[in-house]
Amino acid sequence: MFHPEHESVDVETAPALTKRKGRWLLYWRRMNRQIPSMIGTFIFLFFFLMALIGPLVSPYDYRAQNIKERLQPPSLRHLCGTDQYGRDIFSRIIVGSRNIFFLGGSGTLIAVLIGATLGLLSGYYGGFSDEILTRLFDVLLSIPPMLLALVLLVTIGPSKLGLIMVVALLYLPIEARVMRSMVLSLKTREFVEAAKIRGEKNLYIWFKEILPNTMGPMLVEVSMRFSYSVFLVASLGFLGLGVQPPSPDWGLQINEARGWFSIAPWMLIFPAIAISLLIIATNLMTDGLRQTFYSTGGIE
Amino acid sequence: MVKSHLILNNVKKYYPIMGGVIRHVKNYVRAVDGVTLEIKRGECLGLVGESGCGKTTLSKTILRLENATDGTIFYLPDNAGNEGKSLEMEKYDILKYRGAKLKNLRKKIQIVFQDPSASLNPRMLVKNIIGEAFDIHRIASGKEKIDRIIELLRSVGLGKDHLMRYPHEFSGGQRQRIAIARALSTNPEFIILDEPTSALDVSVQAQILNLLKDLQQKYNLTYLFITHHLLVVEYISDRIAVMYLGKIVELTKTETLFKRALHPYTIALLSAIPVPDPEKKRRRIVLKGDVPNSVNPPKGCRFHPRCWLADDVCREVEPELSEVEPGHYVACHRVDEVMKQFY
Repeated sequence: MFHPEHESVDVETAPALTKRKGRWLLYWRRMNRQIPSMIGTFIFLFFFLMALIGPLVSPYDYRAQNIKERLQPPSLRHLCGTDQYGRDIFSRIIVGSRNIFFLGGSGTLIAVLIGATLGLLSGYYGGFSDEILTRLFDVLLSIPPMLLALVLLVTIGPSKLGLIMVVALLYLPIEARVMRSMVLSLKTREFVEAAKIRGEKNLYIWFKEILPNTMGPMLVEVSMRFSYSVFLVASLGFLGLGVQPPSPDWGLQINEARGWFSIAPWMLIFPAIAISLLIIATNLMTDGLRQTFYSTGGIE
Repeated sequence: MVKSHLILNNVKKYYPIMGGVIRHVKNYVRAVDGVTLEIKRGECLGLVGESGCGKTTLSKTILRLENATDGTIFYLPDNAGNEGKSLEMEKYDILKYRGAKLKNLRKKIQIVFQDPSASLNPRMLVKNIIGEAFDIHRIASGKEKIDRIIELLRSVGLGKDHLMRYPHEFSGGQRQRIAIARALSTNPEFIILDEPTSALDVSVQAQILNLLKDLQQKYNLTYLFITHHLLVVEYISDRIAVMYLGKIVELTKTETLFKRALHPYTIALLSAIPVPDPEKKRRRIVLKGDVPNSVNPPKGCRFHPRCWLADDVCREVEPELSEVEPGHYVACHRVDEVMKQFY
């Protein structure tokens, strides 16, 4: 016979609605165990902090020219040396991080927001509009990204807004695809059917049943996409289609330093290190996130 | 007299197969192809059949997850026909329900799925999994809601301490209990049990079956118990319907089916049940071939390519489900031959 006592422990005395130690704490612990990705995360956060409060802590004004101290090698006075106008490279890197984070970050965010929304809708409803949207994204993805970015930026002229739009447009189809595939598998899961049988509205099913289950993979996706965006923004800056002088930009700095490489290699090396460091750090962080969210296999 | 609860009338569900360059309908999968069935209030009707014979599709059609291609499903409330007037059946055709009426119906019909690890949202606490229905149907809120959830958990053999846990913290049997509690949360009258024990250990299966039996009595529920396991339905069902390729081939009381099955397919199914008695001689019928494709079901009786009794009539004419003995429905041309051979 059926004996409830066997499976239920101490029904009367157990604390009922105590606050649970959150899922996120568990994730944090998992993340914490992975040393390389923790290092990556800290470097990423360091850059992020730098972008936030950069101009307050930079030793020199990034625009201040000082002809007497032009082309100086790295020293205690100028940690990364100075450029051909005597501007402090360290300060310019610090202030330049702001552009990278702002442009890459908001481009990524817009791509994720719009892409995920489109992916959710087309995956959930399916049918003809899904077909059209998927084909459209296929077309967008079949064009080499750099080429598309160049064509667009040359057409609309380089500006910060244009740059953000280009980043968003390039990565939007990818985000939509990722989201769509997750929604396709989730929407046939039985807990979603149970919600429909209960009579839940679509909005509820999206926000309570489907989206929470996509959060982990989406976070990984955002983090990875951000590192791509950084690279894209830096490359476009290098090609002169990104941030325009005199604003500091890592890619632009590298471009300007090319001509001086034989006499003042630090002009090129330090911004390049900054780009690489940020991208590597972000990738390490992505790795850690992936381990954290996928370690239970797939969408948990 | 026992009242009807759910009446299915020639219910069909066809899925289109798209093909070609311009995506047109090439053919149909006839998942459910004309099911006529009556389920009585308070009974447990077992629905047996092989994988792919349309059991789950039928349940989804009843739940209005899928829209039936054809046919009618009447859901009769308890007081139907009490007004003295003749029953206006049209009023109860749930396939025509929309909006508020459909939402109201959803409270009455619930389901317990096969795999409890897929049917509970991994990102939700048990409290929310069970409590969701209270919010949408405005049944209870606040303190009352928590009390009701605890009450439901107790009735399925869990307790207060399970409220703030995630589904992955439970064993399979416990998860199925949560799924049952969720199904009960809307105060349903009719529950579809879609292989509720198939994903569980044998020892836990018995517990869940007993729990379901207890709950049926306690809450006066009607069950449609879908399974491919004959011994499970024997234990829990009052009547059994056998389904083959989207059609009901035999329908009768549980004892009758096990003692005096009249459809060759049912006889073959029953002969596959192992008997724990080495002395006992029994006739084992092994069917030849596979279940035919439900895109192009065989002409005539759907079972004829695998039936050892099939004759020319079976190959040409599709048999109707007819009452051969009182309360015993069989869709077979050769019932007399079956009786001669087996009884």
